Amino acid sequence: MGAYLVRRLSLMAVTLVGMSILIFVLLRLVPGNVADILVDATGNDDPKEKARIVHELGLDRPIAEQYWQWIDGLAHGDLGYAYVSERPAIEEIAPRIPISAKLAGLAIFFAVLFGVPLGVISAVRQNTKLDYILRVVSLSGLSFPSFWLGLLVLMAAVQWFGKIPIYDSDAHGFVAQVKMLILPAITVGFRSSALIMRLTRSSMLEVLRQDYVRTARSKGASNASVNYDHALRNALLPVVTVIGIEAAFLVGGLIVTETVFNIPGVARFLVEAIRWRDYPIVQNLTMLIAIIVVTMNFLVDMAYVALDPRIKFAG
Amino acid sequence: MRLRLGLLAASMVGVVAAAAPSFAQKQGGTLRMPHRENPPSASILEESTISVVQPFMSVFNNLVVFDPNEKANSPDHIVPDLAETWSWSDDKTKLTFKLRQGVKWHDGQPFTAKDVKCTFDAVAGLDEKSELLRKSPRKIWYINLKEVSTNGDYEVTFTLGRPQASFLSMLASGYSPIYSCHVAGRQMRTKPIGTGPFKVTEFKRNEAIKLVRNPDYWKKGHPYLDAIEWKIVPNRATRMLGFQSNEFDMTFDSDVTFPLLKDVKAQSPDAVCEARPTNVNSNILINRDSPPFNNPELRRALVDAIDIHAFSEILSQGHDLDGAAMLPPPYGKWGMPKEMLASLPGHSTDIEKSRAEGRKIMEKLGYSADKPLKIKVATRNIAIYRDPAVILIDQLKKVHIDAELDPIDSSVWYNKIAKKDYQIGMNLTGVSVDDPDVNFYENFYSKSERNYTGYNNPDVDKLIDQQSAEPDLEKRRKLVWEIEKKLAEDVARPVIGHNVANTCWSPKLKGVKLQVNSIYNSWRFEDYWLDK
Repeated sequence: MGAYLVRRLSLMAVTLVGMSILIFVLLRLVPGNVADILVDATGNDDPKEKARIVHELGLDRPIAEQYWQWIDGLAHGDLGYAYVSERPAIEEIAPRIPISAKLAGLAIFFAVLFGVPLGVISAVRQNTKLDYILRVVSLSGLSFPSFWLGLLVLMAAVQWFGKIPIYDSDAHGFVAQVKMLILPAITVGFRSSALIMRLTRSSMLEVLRQDYVRTARSKGASNASVNYDHALRNALLPVVTVIGIEAAFLVGGLIVTETVFNIPGVARFLVEAIRWRDYPIVQNLTMLIAIIVVTMNFLVDMAYVALDPRIKFAG
Repeated sequence: MRLRLGLLAASMVGVVAAAAPSFAQKQGGTLRMPHRENPPSASILEESTISVVQPFMSVFNNLVVFDPNEKANSPDHIVPDLAETWSWSDDKTKLTFKLRQGVKWHDGQPFTAKDVKCTFDAVAGLDEKSELLRKSPRKIWYINLKEVSTNGDYEVTFTLGRPQASFLSMLASGYSPIYSCHVAGRQMRTKPIGTGPFKVTEFKRNEAIKLVRNPDYWKKGHPYLDAIEWKIVPNRATRMLGFQSNEFDMTFDSDVTFPLLKDVKAQSPDAVCEARPTNVNSNILINRDSPPFNNPELRRALVDAIDIHAFSEILSQGHDLDGAAMLPPPYGKWGMPKEMLASLPGHSTDIEKSRAEGRKIMEKLGYSADKPLKIKVATRNIAIYRDPAVILIDQLKKVHIDAELDPIDSSVWYNKIAKKDYQIGMNLTGVSVDDPDVNFYENFYSKSERNYTGYNNPDVDKLIDQQSAEPDLEKRRKLVWEIEKKLAEDVARPVIGHNVANTCWSPKLKGVKLQVNSIYNSWRFEDYWLDK
């Protein structure tokens, strides 16, 4: 196990170094830099003004030097200065992470809360009316575009409650936060729960046909015991993988939901930063998302051990 | 003869104020506003978008402003702001302002003539070493400004190269705030300080802009509001739903299109909505330096295909206005009369006839329905740009031009145009002051950095200078019409319509006065109050 962990952690480090190079290079391959955009956005075409900004931001230095400065800064906890807001990048990024994390957490909570039990019910009641209804619901969850669903939810909120949840950074306390995030979380969670529901269903169906389940039934175990104690635990392995990937994706991939519900989270900020070629913001945020994805994958692998005692990681 | 215009204007305002019914304005409350996008910065002098002017104009003062009580911006209705009075020298080349005393910046420092000098030295590029601004998109406005000099702390003189009647109008624009000399450029872009009725407490990108009342504002009793809170809501549907659900007291300026207006009125029947021209026009950019449109005949055939009324019907249910380069009357002060306009290429009322002429030109050049000219129409990949581009593509088919849409990412749009990497472009141009100097110098003068199509006609340059120096209003207006005519005949950015859009607000919000010939100059918010 120890040797496996060392190997796994080393691989994570190599992956992240590779990611940092890829992020850095790809970003600079995109046409235009922040100076072009800052000046061009005013409808002006003044090369002198552009050159001044390029020099001021250090974009005229060799690429390798710029890369090293970024990595060296990262190692010392310095994320650099955001080009557009002219503030330390950390001050721009840090407040947005909890917002997206809370939204993603709440969405995953809803997704698991509904997805897993409904997936199990759908499997154990295979080919019944309830199964058909649940399958239609889950298919809808996967098919509805989130911007469309989000707008429908907002319109319904205006129609029924006369108000919509506009994000307010001054809203403190658990209840106020949940009230503000519940509609977007349900909108996002609906898609994820549909995915989890379908995966749980197919995984359960596969497990329920295994010999050991038949043996358990022949020994007189109750339906609940067979379904939840014997089958579900094994069926959950692929589901946990998906939940992990979904959680990682949701932190940085909620662009549509954050835009429709006007939540100032990481994803919307990242898209905006790409538009402005705000390298320090894009580099650090993308790197952060890469770290989250790599870490979630690692945690999912670790969760396998807890869920299935047969799995042992060898060095 | 030195005209004491300032005193005259001030006394007129006094008379109007005395004659006006007494309003029971209520003090207090927070105005809640949606913002359509993340403003690129808070520095009005460095940007060219209503996204910056609307939230931040109330942080500053100008030397003079367009009278906020008038429905139209006009040189006849300019009132004092930080300048109490002003006067021209006999030869009309020196404009001297006497400044208001006792005015303080939001950080408590006194406002003096030095601030005016350093602002305009930076804006006009007179001081190369100035670090107040890192870009100045309206430098061309001040091409005639030779020097700004101070006489003590409360007098400042602008010396011009020649008389320029429009100079005062430019100073009255929302784009001409006075900055403080003692504050770094970076702070002006992120958390600016001004002398205006509201102070910036927070500018959180992608989230909110918060302004609070300046208790030391020099205009006693103003502003009425305690605070203004802008929420940045990039999705228009969400902004509209926010207004309908009373989360916001007003829409973003001109955000409500005519189809959306029906929804807004259905959900919020009490909302006050006003349609007005934005002085933003949709126009066609033509790359006249490269084939095929380096051929003037081909350019002419292109405008012959345009049916302006179809654009207006589809885009704004017929509300957009037909005009040449200047905003047309009655809203615009300078646009040419309707009958004159109808004689210009691209504005014909007999569209079938002009299209037949266009086809004739194309056939002479070897094109036909079976062998059309294949081109690309580039435009910013935003709905307000794409929609007219699609209509244009359809209309070009009528003169044997088979065009394809080339949507361009906004961030590289101007760069692409400046590099002449396009054939035809669909564009929007906002004119911040309904004034020929502002429009012509910015967009058509050969030396302008904002003339991004690189249009260069020495005759037009000469006429632009000539009208700028002309003191007689009627003679100047005729010169303006002549320039409009030349630009249309030259097919320099043919205008396909002057946009009209709606702005709505809650009936509880009082004191709103929107100007009909510009969206850029009336966002001081000092007269707004909430009847709650």
